[in-house]
Amino acid sequence: MEQVLEVKGLKTYFYTEDGVAKSVDGVDFTLSKGKTLGIVGESGCGKSVTSLSVMRLVSEPAGKIVDGEILFNGDNLLAKTEKEMRDIRGNRISMIFQEPMTSLNPVFTVGNQINEVLKLHQGMTTKEATLKSIEMLKLVGIPLPEKRVHEYPHQLSGGMRQRVMIAMALACNPALLIADEPTTALDVTIQAQILELMKDLKERLGTAIMLVTHDLGVVAEVADEVMVMYAGRVVEHGAVREIFAKPMHPYTQGLLKSIPDISEEVEFLETIEGLVPNIYEMPAGCSFAPRCKHAMDACRERQPALTYDGGHKVRCFLYGDASEGEVG
Amino acid sequence: MSKDVLVEIKNLKVHFPTGDSGLFGRSKQVVKAVDGLDFTIRKGETLGIVGESGCGKSTTGRAMLRLIEPTEGEVLFEGRDIMNLRKGDLRGLRREMQFIFQDPYASLDPRKNVASIIGEAFKAHEKMSAKERNERVQELLGLVGLRPEHVKRYPHEFSGGQRQRIGIARALALKPKFVVCDEPVSALDVSIQAQVVNLMKELQQKLELTYLFISHDLRVVKHISNRVGVMYLGAMVEIADKQDLYAAPRHPYTRALLSAIPSPNPEIRRERILLQGDVPSPVNPPSGCRFRTRCPEATERCAIEIPALKDVGDGHMVACHYR
Ligand SMILES: Nc1ncnc2c1ncn2[C@@H]1O[C@H](COP(=O)(O)OP(=O)(O)OP(=O)(O)O)[C@@H](O)[C@H]1O
Ligand SMILES: Nc1ncnc2c1ncn2[C@@H]1O[C@H](COP(=O)(O)OP(=O)(O)OP(=O)(O)O)[C@@H](O)[C@H]1O
Ligand code: SF4
Ligand SMILES: [Mg+2]
Ligand SMILES: [Mg+2]
Repeated sequence: MEQVLEVKGLKTYFYTEDGVAKSVDGVDFTLSKGKTLGIVGESGCGKSVTSLSVMRLVSEPAGKIVDGEILFNGDNLLAKTEKEMRDIRGNRISMIFQEPMTSLNPVFTVGNQINEVLKLHQGMTTKEATLKSIEMLKLVGIPLPEKRVHEYPHQLSGGMRQRVMIAMALACNPALLIADEPTTALDVTIQAQILELMKDLKERLGTAIMLVTHDLGVVAEVADEVMVMYAGRVVEHGAVREIFAKPMHPYTQGLLKSIPDISEEVEFLETIEGLVPNIYEMPAGCSFAPRCKHAMDACRERQPALTYDGGHKVRCFLYGDASEGEVG
Repeated sequence: MSKDVLVEIKNLKVHFPTGDSGLFGRSKQVVKAVDGLDFTIRKGETLGIVGESGCGKSTTGRAMLRLIEPTEGEVLFEGRDIMNLRKGDLRGLRREMQFIFQDPYASLDPRKNVASIIGEAFKAHEKMSAKERNERVQELLGLVGLRPEHVKRYPHEFSGGQRQRIGIARALALKPKFVVCDEPVSALDVSIQAQVVNLMKELQQKLELTYLFISHDLRVVKHISNRVGVMYLGAMVEIADKQDLYAAPRHPYTRALLSAIPSPNPEIRRERILLQGDVPSPVNPPSGCRFRTRCPEATERCAIEIPALKDVGDGHMVACHYR
């Protein structure tokens, strides 16, 4: 299978007044052509920072990629100059941001904004670009694209703006699409439309997709693989069916159980007690240990490694030798 | 009125002026945020309200407590019409009807510590010594699962889930009978959501509370409610016992809405009804049935006649000509 993205040992830290935030602290994953990787986890666990790191858009100087490799089609992005990155962004790798209104420019028409990308990366003339923009708007299911192309973002509904964002992100037929909570701000009926659209595009264009979301339902619908993050690290990674049928990490198990099940009636929901640790005061050992029902002494002293079990990876001492792993 | 009804809403309307004038500037345009609602809430139950953004859920909740003034209609609380109450009497009513807000970040005054946020309610309503007040605050904190030493802290020192607990403690301070909960867990992480939902259920049993629970999360609403009402563009299109509603939705909109919930089980794939287009503007809602512009079953009659909300059996109410 053709590997589009390979992230190895990525560490992205923020140096702030309160201390060092190890927002992404050793993340590894790969993504193949035409596949969708869902990234889930609690607020603040490092999903967006991982995405921004791949785009090389981490806000400097506070934020810095301190270690690791990001291979895009075998090419290390961390060795690229800013100019080289500008050629890649919006062209070979595109990102859809969480809030569509902040990432569309209010003073330009929708067409202008898509045209800009096409002219920059594909060297099209305005006329060619406009035709292509209309085609893209049609592709993402916007009615009357010939008319909409001349409208401003505020004239569109939230769902339509999100479609425009997708159209713009796909205009140059990128090999990798990073979507950070692309449907969180949308209603379920509109979300359903957008998810259908993303599934369809992945099949038709073979785009590899990194999909960040906090909604496990969304992941189950569209992703092939899931990566669960907790406090800056990957705690579990595997095929969607595997993880939903047989979650291994206690955090993933707790997360799945705490979603109310529509087809079942229970008096009380299962919960994960406690809170995510403060990013500036990470516990020694497994970062989930303070909330984990199964925590053993070793869990409070050593960091479990991400271990394999037939393609399904998990970072937990319940599945491996607790005498291994890093101290502290 | 039957004995077990706590709140009854009749023909509730809330129209907001838009600031834009209509065609030729003759008449002011209005946003028909809530446009003729009828429903009842029974003592001790949780009535869930769902529907897409902008359909009027929050406006309904706020109007019921007169946090905003309704344009028309009646809200009967234990048989008394609260629309006719004067300011002084309204204050008494606020003891019995409370509100929990969506945003745990914005709804607490950042300059006040927990003791004064929660204690404030007593100041306005009860003659109490500082010592008594302090005891009550401690009691409330315990009730919502916070620790005694938390009284001196300020909102920014808490997590989202903890802040929502403070909001709940504040709402419960005066032992209300009825609480409108407007998206109380929407801003929280899944694992924290479950903690707060459990807490709300536990408190309901302990204190015999009645809830109006507003949310766009159809899973959470199913879990916490006894009955569920579905709103579309300022109107109620269906209301029923939750088992009935989720197992056998009748209105075409409810069907589409429920079919759109992404299932967290990859083995379960429901037949999805994809709706076309977007929700129309509440300034100019469609004639007849408001849902007709997106309804897969709409006929000519739907553009002319407004379907009434009618009982199709066992208290299952639907507003559609063809049900
Ligand atoms: N510019 C920054 N300066 C300092 N800390 C930051 C910065 N950006 C992110 N962080 C911290 O890094 C951690 C990871 O943040 P990130 O935005 O990746 O979380 P997330 O998983 O996307 O969460 P959410 O689900 O809330 O979007 C958080 O603790 C956050 O506070
Ligand atoms: N103070 C106001 N002035 C003018 N229009 C308003 C006002 N408050 C609400 N609206 C409008 O009334 C309609 C209903 O709003 P409301 O906040 O009740 O919706 P909602 O169902 O709670 O939506 P959400 O799920 O997004 O919270 C919307 O069209 C909204 O823009
Ligand atoms: S009344 Fe007509 S338009 Fe409205 S829901 Fe029923 S079939 Fe659809
Ligand atoms: Mg994020
Ligand atoms: Mg609302």
